[in-house]
Amino acid sequence: MSRQLSNETLIEVKHIKKYFPIKKGLLSRVVGQVKAVDDISLEIKKGETFGLVGESGCGKSTLGRVILRLQSATEGQVVYNGEDIHSLGSGKLRDLRQDLQIIFQDPFGSLNPRFRVSDVIGEPLKVHTNMSGKDIDARVVELMELVGLDASRRNRYPHEFSGGQRQRIGIARAIALNPKFIVADEAVSALDVSVQSQVLNLLAKLQRELGLTFLFIAHGLNVVRHISDRVGVMYLGKLAEVGPTEELYNKPLHPYSAALLSSIPKPNPALKRERIILKGDVPSPANPPSGCRFHPRCPLAQDRCKAEEPLLREVLPGRQVACHFPLLEEGDLQRMASGRLG
Amino acid sequence: MARKILEVNEMSAGFFVNKEILKATDRISFSVEEGQTLCIVGESGSGKSVTSLAVMRLIDYAGGMILEGDIKFNGEILSEKDQDEMRSIRGNQIAMIFQDPMSSLNPVFTVGEQIAESLRLHQRKSPKDAMKMAIDLLREVGIPSPEVRARQYPHELSGGMCQRVVIAIALACRPELLIADEPTTALDVTVQAQILDLLQQLQRETGMSIVLITHDMGVAAEVADRIVVMYAGGIMEEGSVEEIFSKPSHPYTVGLLKSIPGFEAKTEEDLYTIKGNIPRINQLPGGCRFHPRCPHAMDICRREEPGFFQLGNDHKAACWLFEEHSDESPLSPRINIGSQGEVTV
Repeated sequence: MSRQLSNETLIEVKHIKKYFPIKKGLLSRVVGQVKAVDDISLEIKKGETFGLVGESGCGKSTLGRVILRLQSATEGQVVYNGEDIHSLGSGKLRDLRQDLQIIFQDPFGSLNPRFRVSDVIGEPLKVHTNMSGKDIDARVVELMELVGLDASRRNRYPHEFSGGQRQRIGIARAIALNPKFIVADEAVSALDVSVQSQVLNLLAKLQRELGLTFLFIAHGLNVVRHISDRVGVMYLGKLAEVGPTEELYNKPLHPYSAALLSSIPKPNPALKRERIILKGDVPSPANPPSGCRFHPRCPLAQDRCKAEEPLLREVLPGRQVACHFPLLEEGDLQRMASGRLG
Repeated sequence: MARKILEVNEMSAGFFVNKEILKATDRISFSVEEGQTLCIVGESGSGKSVTSLAVMRLIDYAGGMILEGDIKFNGEILSEKDQDEMRSIRGNQIAMIFQDPMSSLNPVFTVGEQIAESLRLHQRKSPKDAMKMAIDLLREVGIPSPEVRARQYPHELSGGMCQRVVIAIALACRPELLIADEPTTALDVTVQAQILDLLQQLQRETGMSIVLITHDMGVAAEVADRIVVMYAGGIMEEGSVEEIFSKPSHPYTVGLLKSIPGFEAKTEEDLYTIKGNIPRINQLPGGCRFHPRCPHAMDICRREEPGFFQLGNDHKAACWLFEEHSDESPLSPRINIGSQGEVTV
């Protein structure tokens, strides 16, 4: 992609936190908190695709929603155009929604089954603009052609479309108002490989033509590698590592990123390389481990990791990692695969 | 040559919908040798799950039936047995693992009771012995403190743990054949790696055969000895894992491999796509079922369905491109994947 990446920051997330209270008993007393997103800061540059990966329950979808203020943050700021989205009044927020859109995971659940496709795609235009019915219809046709749908089918209902086509409808709705920023929350995860590649190409094409900025949330690591310029790896509500895609995939610095990447099955039997198999499961975010949250599963954990929480810091140009002992030296990965301590 | 434990011959299975027969698999044949792992790969709607249900004869309960062909297991013809006889084979000699571990366990019984159940049914163990064996099985599938876990209910366990329990149930009677239908699809990649590792380790220890159904070419490359590629109810290509990945030949297999994103470094180019959508099984095109989406479709593909053409010792594809006289065709019959995984036509 011959896009010029600017250095201009489009969205800045500052120390954002999202806690969900755990309520119990007759009086719904708050007995604890699920720390779904815990103190995350990141910057998304104009025109880039920022990929967010992590296992289920790590808080990546919650972060996406909090950035758009589909859920309110417990603490922290999201700065867009010099303003904090989370302290805007409802009128201004509504105006801002034109710039910030989302594509949902489930192409079956995210489209109203009682709406015609033309109504689904035209609804944002009805809400946010003064366009006449005729103009809206013309715009719907234009949008459907842009995303590769047959516009003559616009008066049909969502159930008459296949999964890939429905996801295109969701994309057409998201770009209807010429947004600047789109959160794609597992936008291709529910699709088959052959259809998934069509939708990925469509997203790349729209980015080139409309100059969009994406936050691309996915658990499919291959998909993220294909589409993202920079990648953030999340674990239990925290960012473990942030870096340019290729650098991170070729040389992960955080032991968790390394384990995650090594566990992707590779479609080539000749490449059966040593997998780093992590012990155990992801701990509950209601009761995260002390110190570094990854330490109970980390093959390289030391005493310091149990006591002291590592902060996200820049260790190499453009590469941030939250680990006391990042994998900086050659051979660190092999050491990890064999499970020996340093 | 090793003994063939499962042979499926020209088997079609399908469902009655609105007094019409919908063929979900169309005259498919394959076999599994002792101790081997066969992967059936395909996208949704390719008929791979129906194949597994047919082998287990569970399709009878899903409103479908085996329409033609036969299924042989250890020389016995499964497709002619009645359900009473099947009941003594299912869970005993052939076991199955389903996709979603959470919903394939019964929420009102402890996991220990659920493992013990098949031991009591098939091996007539006393409840006490069965429970003791259940705890050993939990230990075998890598669950820490199995004595405690055996008394817990499925909702108290994570997804990966539940899948380990399901594997323990499947292995309880030491089956000769394990059918795993997308066993890791609902799991995260780090847990997926654990489960695949466990299955391979158990196979080494017990010598069972595995039929693994997956949509993920990566999973297939890691665990399979042989691969069957299915599309819209038919087998497109079959061969050893090395052959399929080093010389993918059927245009569908090639397209499937090329559409996998991000396997190699990010490129400036668009991803390869197979145009169009997967057809519905009641609207299959005539001739080769892949021809409307195939970049190499010829006249004959629209008219006639191709049979299998042998491509090597252990490799065949159902595609007219490989007909003996296809030398005149402008396309080289082999499409190669380089050592780095890049596909060149």
